[in-house]
Amino acid sequence: MQRIPLISQEQQQRIALRNQPDTTRLWQILDAVKDPEIPALSIWDLGVLQDIEVSNDGVLVIITPTYSGCPAMDTIADDIRAALAAAAISPVRVRTRLAPAWTTDWLSAKGREQLRSYGIAPPEQSGADELTPDSGISCPHCGSVQTRRISEFGSTACKALFRCNDCSEPFDYFKKI
Amino acid sequence: MMSEQQLQQATFEYTLRLGDDALVLGHRISEWVRNGPFLEEDIAYGNVALDYIGRARMFYGYAAELADDGRTEDSFAYTRSEREFSNLLINELPRGDFAYSQVRQLLVDIYANLFLTRLLQSKDATLAAIAAKAIKESRYHLRRSREWVIRLGDGTEESQHRCQLALDDIWGYSHEMFEMDALEQQLADAGIGVDVSSLRDDWLVQIREILAEATLQLPADDWKVSGGRDGYHTEFLGHLLTELQIVHRSYPGCQW
Ligand SMILES: [Zn+2]
Repeated sequence: MQRIPLISQEQQQRIALRNQPDTTRLWQILDAVKDPEIPALSIWDLGVLQDIEVSNDGVLVIITPTYSGCPAMDTIADDIRAALAAAAISPVRVRTRLAPAWTTDWLSAKGREQLRSYGIAPPEQSGADELTPDSGISCPHCGSVQTRRISEFGSTACKALFRCNDCSEPFDYFKKI
Repeated sequence: MMSEQQLQQATFEYTLRLGDDALVLGHRISEWVRNGPFLEEDIAYGNVALDYIGRARMFYGYAAELADDGRTEDSFAYTRSEREFSNLLINELPRGDFAYSQVRQLLVDIYANLFLTRLLQSKDATLAAIAAKAIKESRYHLRRSREWVIRLGDGTEESQHRCQLALDDIWGYSHEMFEMDALEQQLADAGIGVDVSSLRDDWLVQIREILAEATLQLPADDWKVSGGRDGYHTEFLGHLLTELQIVHRSYPGCQW
């Protein structure tokens, strides 16, 4: 029998991390920490939350920035410390890790749907160069694919700006990187 | 053969250079915020500036780690004078008009993509990691500057004229990007730094192709200026740093 995986290898590895018994509760606590710019989305579903290590020195939380200049990273680190402090967990350190570089492949299926219901089109497979296509991204408002790119750079570094030809609404597209 | 300590010192200086390049250009680009020709371009410039300033923070953060003497990313950005900055001169040139900024961006973006592709192979894991993040952004930057230069060059008489003027004016500063000094040679030999002298052929191939499409003339290689890596700058850097550092200089050590 041929088995067809429903989730990518990256996602499989990420989910395996959460199933280590000594950190299960910590992962659950940190599910409450959201991206400051997209409050529907948890830092886990966004792929910013990378790993949690527990040792005699306390808890080490490892995060990675989406874009180099992402101004939300300091807020996210503060929110992580606050969430764990509220659960009486200490000491806590938050470390930023750069490699491997963040990729939109780390967005969870739930995260993609949350983006869409928030009005942001989730990243789609694009051409060989992986850059944002100039049309055809499905509109998060009406589902139409009759859309066109207005600008490669949207309201934040991670987004591009599109407009829907059917419902005429502009929308953000979360760029694939 | 360098000792471990010498290698670390050299890597520190090299990382600082890359941080200076990113900070100075990031600041220049940020000057377009609220001055862009229309809203989308204004936002695009804000995004690109943020990418570069984020890059500067990563390089400076790593430089601080290597120096391990209490200096932080802020010390490097805010408390050094222009003679201590080692950025390439092309990054400090004033923003000029829109054509000027896009032409500079094109020359720098092609270079950045070639440079970062090599830096990905660095034996220094942190430099390679920074390259892996930055190259994803530089691909987007290049697509934008390329489209703009073609659109302006192959545009009206006025836009083509301004593009050509910009190109002739900036060209002499492009050679410095491919110069190697003793420090960079040592690090290239150690597999940590990039041998930038080997990038120019590929760079030129891409430039020629884009300029042909933009109906612009490749300038003659009849003059060049360099010195940025040694702290010899144009008059423009001092003015830039004055604005960049004024708050920190007025209120030393302030936090916000
Ligand atoms: Zn629509």
